[in-house]
Amino acid sequence: MIAALTSLTILGVVLGLILGVAARVFRVEGNKLAEEVLGILPGSQCGQCGFPGCAGAAQALAEGRAPVTLCPPGGRAVVLALAAKLGKDADMADVKESVPMIADVKEEICIGCTRCFKVCPTDAIMGAAQQIHSVFREACTACGKCEEVCPTESIKLQPIPVTLQSWYWHKPLAGNTL
Amino acid sequence: MKLFNLRGGVHPEGRKDLSADISVRVLPLPKYLFVPLQQHIGAPATPVVNVGDHVLKGQLIAAAQGAVSSSIHAPTSGVITALGDHAAPHPSGLPVPTITLESDGNETWVKTETVADPFVLSAEEIAARVASAGIVGLGGATFPAALKLNLSRNSGVQTLIMNGGECEPYLTCDDRIMRERALEIVEGIRLIALAVAAKEVLVGIEDNKPEAIAAMQSAAKGSEVKVVSMPSMYPMGSEKQIIQVLTGKEIPAGGRPADIGVLVHNVATAFAVQQAIRYGRPLLSRIVTVSGGAIKAACNVEALVGTPVQELIEFAGGYSQPATRLVLGGPMMGQQFTNTSVPVVKGTSGVLALTSKEIGQAEASPCIRCSTCVRACPVGLLPLEMAAHIRTSNLAGAVTLGLKDCISCGSCSYVCPAHIPLVHYFNYAKGDLATQERAKLKQEATKKLAEARNERIARIERERAEAAAKRKAARAAKEAAAKEAAAKAEVV
Repeated sequence: MIAALTSLTILGVVLGLILGVAARVFRVEGNKLAEEVLGILPGSQCGQCGFPGCAGAAQALAEGRAPVTLCPPGGRAVVLALAAKLGKDADMADVKESVPMIADVKEEICIGCTRCFKVCPTDAIMGAAQQIHSVFREACTACGKCEEVCPTESIKLQPIPVTLQSWYWHKPLAGNTL
Repeated sequence: MKLFNLRGGVHPEGRKDLSADISVRVLPLPKYLFVPLQQHIGAPATPVVNVGDHVLKGQLIAAAQGAVSSSIHAPTSGVITALGDHAAPHPSGLPVPTITLESDGNETWVKTETVADPFVLSAEEIAARVASAGIVGLGGATFPAALKLNLSRNSGVQTLIMNGGECEPYLTCDDRIMRERALEIVEGIRLIALAVAAKEVLVGIEDNKPEAIAAMQSAAKGSEVKVVSMPSMYPMGSEKQIIQVLTGKEIPAGGRPADIGVLVHNVATAFAVQQAIRYGRPLLSRIVTVSGGAIKAACNVEALVGTPVQELIEFAGGYSQPATRLVLGGPMMGQQFTNTSVPVVKGTSGVLALTSKEIGQAEASPCIRCSTCVRACPVGLLPLEMAAHIRTSNLAGAVTLGLKDCISCGSCSYVCPAHIPLVHYFNYAKGDLATQERAKLKQEATKKLAEARNERIARIERERAEAAAKRKAARAAKEAAAKEAAAKAEVV
């Protein structure tokens, strides 16, 4: 009995040690590039790119399986950042976002069903059952999840209204002048 | 006094004689005043009145909100008829939140507090009164004046420079205020100097305004205020340039005057400060130059904030010939506009109606790399190279060349023999970069929100599972207890 206990304990300890050391020595490095790319992506896990969340998209980008223009909510800034990170040319023609969008609630037809704010990945919608919902513009990434679940088509993506703060001169329409 | 050399600069035709020799007249009280909530850099003010309220002249109608903001007062007595949108005095002409005031014609003042000897007030007290009077920089940048006072006092300013440069062509509003209200301005300057504990006080005035220099010199006699005549050149009235000319110091790239121990204020701001401290009068009106080749009788008028620009043009006799371009401010850095119902705001220095001859607009032709723009740039940049980068959408390249140090003075566009809209390129690029910056900040913020939400959902699920497990255990214990009791009962 004692011999069996001792031998099994020793066996356990030795095997455990071997496993522990092996885990350290032969550790598989995660894809560093993918992690860095993940840092650039919005992180709202909206799934519009067709990959399972931002981590999946980052993996695909790092492996070169996806174009840098895959992220609609990220917009132009993310495309440029990704292109710089991955050393690719950003083909802006693929960026559909000609105008930045934002979710907007049509208050007359909102029934207060709470579906939209349950799916909002950034908690950008405020509301409660039977209450009109409302969008925090600063937090909305225009991922469009709310639009999909809204039963009355009350919440819709709209172009962000231009304000005095965001307005700026257009690019000069110069031909061959420089 | 020794003056220092300035790099670059241009000498546009002044055309100040159109309005310089006519004294300031007070504009008749308009029926409606449109007072925008944002007339300053920073957050817009919050209205503290409702539609239908009767307000007195000088009464607070919108309070400052946030760290950088300024309060707004009723320019005259009357009834608030609307809190809504009105076209902004801005090239975009976008609607902005505006308080509409219908004047009752009585100009009844709110009770104001006069101070017999303002020089016994503490520095903090002066800054607080300047803040509550809603004073902003009247040179055009409209930065809240009290904030600048506090920042400068905390960082220990040595030199106070009062800007009487007025280097923009056509504009004579600062010239006139210095000629007509020199004593008040000097008192205001001394109050500002007291508020920031400045050791040296300089008033820089371009030498094309000899009457203003004489008036200021006689008003400043016997005080620590020193009036300095500077050579006339554009952009002498720019903050960075006036500091360089008077002190020889250059503000580091991306820095502020306070970094080198200097504070710059406009002379008209000093007048507003004097009125606020001595008479308790908030900033309700300003002097506006109405000029340009298309204006019948160019002049300077004292207009209430909120007065539609149309009334100023009519007061100056209307148009003598078709105006091709309307400009708010000076012709070099001013903002074009088309809708004359836009109001005069705290930062409106001029209303210009220019003829097509004055604009001299011509089709842009290819750059011949003559580098005239490089010689004209007062900051020492390479406008032609920067514009070439921006044209090919390489904004980062333009930033490397110093785009962020560009003061948008327009000297490069003015001298370009090929009529390339250089400063237009820079303004576009700055706007685009600011938008990108905002998008980046928003993305960082939303990312944090998404992470917080994911964490919360995980926590809620975990807690739910734990609670369910607890309930299950409790139920099992209860059942076991019931069984035992039943067994006992059977035994008995």
